[in-house]
Amino acid sequence: MTKEDCQKLVIDIIADIAPDEDLSAIKPEIRLRDQLQLDSMDFLDIVMELRKRHGIEVPEADYSHLASLESCAEYLTPKFPTKA
Amino acid sequence: MSGLAAGIRLAHFGKKVCIFERHNATGGLNSFYSFAGRKYDVGLHALTNYVSPGVKGTPLGKLLRQLRIDRDEFALCPQKQSRIAFRDCTLKFTNEFAVLDAEVAEKFPAQAAGWRALVQLVRTYNDVTLDAQPRSAREVVSRHLTDPLLTDMIFCPVMYYGSAQERDMDFGQFVIMFKALYLEGFARPLDGVRVILRVLLEKFRQAGGERRMRCGVAQIKEAQGRAAQLVLDNGEEITADQVISSVGFAETMNLCVPPQTQAAEANTGNLSFVETISVFRRQPAEWGWGDDTIIFFNDAERFEYVHAREQVDLRSGVICFPNNFDYAGRNLSEGIFRVTCLANYARWAQLPEEIYQADKQRWFPEVVRSAQRFLPVVAPEVLAAAQLATDMFTPRTIKKFTGHLNGAIYGSPRKIRDGRTHLSNLYLCGTDQGFLGIVGAMLSGISMANYHVLQGSTRG
Repeated sequence: MTKEDCQKLVIDIIADIAPDEDLSAIKPEIRLRDQLQLDSMDFLDIVMELRKRHGIEVPEADYSHLASLESCAEYLTPKFPTKA
Repeated sequence: MSGLAAGIRLAHFGKKVCIFERHNATGGLNSFYSFAGRKYDVGLHALTNYVSPGVKGTPLGKLLRQLRIDRDEFALCPQKQSRIAFRDCTLKFTNEFAVLDAEVAEKFPAQAAGWRALVQLVRTYNDVTLDAQPRSAREVVSRHLTDPLLTDMIFCPVMYYGSAQERDMDFGQFVIMFKALYLEGFARPLDGVRVILRVLLEKFRQAGGERRMRCGVAQIKEAQGRAAQLVLDNGEEITADQVISSVGFAETMNLCVPPQTQAAEANTGNLSFVETISVFRRQPAEWGWGDDTIIFFNDAERFEYVHAREQVDLRSGVICFPNNFDYAGRNLSEGIFRVTCLANYARWAQLPEEIYQADKQRWFPEVVRSAQRFLPVVAPEVLAAAQLATDMFTPRTIKKFTGHLNGAIYGSPRKIRDGRTHLSNLYLCGTDQGFLGIVGAMLSGISMANYHVLQGSTRG
């Protein structure tokens, strides 16, 4: 799992929970909230979908790591199991 | 409907969910029924909170996202226009707020500055926080509007479409309804509420949720401060980690063992309604009734949203023409004319069946006549000749089919925003949690599922 792959997985999730958002030009270094109309309910869904699809737990104290695509990748990539 | 929305959220995220429903139809107060070969929506005049595609950050958008529903699935058709019709003044409004804004400016020029300030306050008010303290809407609004007629006119639709309280309401609830009716708007699927229910049921099924119909919960048994067991109408016993009740606060308290009688009695609503439904072989437009989707009327000196003293309070009410939505060239095959008025539960509930039926017969034409004062004149014999069917519900009907005490469809005046009860794993959703309207009902289920079950599970 590279950081680019990880960003893509997050984008896939956002595309499903917010299909009315244009995701084609998201800048990875800018906060998602500043580019998209996402509220706390949507962020809860990102967390829940990460658990459902990839078995990854994000404790509430770590929600701030999900601010931008870049910080998401930084935080989440190590949580994916490495290929044996 | 709030329970279904909660169920969809929970099932989607892998919780084992079962919905117990006493009735044979789904939807609760937002359901539909068949009678003499016709399908009728129970109470729904319109879905409020309608915004055009592309408008983001509103309750409709939030609920579609949270339930993973594509907005086309609801097949919503916007209203044409609606009116607040008082004896000497009419305010038109549509799904474009500018229309109401201009009407107020034209008819109440002296109130312009106050109106602007009120609208600004509503727009910026945080109405979704779960820990807000109640405050009087009359008091807050009176700081901005000083003309009693304008105040009454603005309150009339807001109260009729959601207030469980007489004369006043919590300002947070006022804001929710003001946004839902005036800043957003009305829409309806051509086939009515069953389109929305069908979508919800399918989502729930796909997510793996289970439903048990004609299978009400008779008791919630308490042990160690928790809802330890549910006893069903058939005697079966069920255990669950968490229980969300959508039957109303007082109604839920009455199910508890040991009983919570005091809490139930202190939080029972008393505002109920009658509704007449007339079905015609002609479209309302043929009689000049084709422009208005919904008309909120009042001909009393002051608008009084109160518990009716008589069986029905004819002074004010709501007219709905389901035909008058913009169905893009299509329409309902028959004309439908619905009128809602405030009514007195006790005066309907205690009647022997024969007198009850006779009273329905007697009030029906009175209600219709009262509403017709606010419509272009059509001769009674013309209406009678075109009439195919009628139906009428009373507070007694509401109690019978929904279980709401006193037929109070908006529940208790006191709302419990965080949904908590005296039992640590028993929560409320639906009207007594305090989000209003059909979109509010769904958002209520969503927020309670998120707040108490899903978020809790991420806290670890």
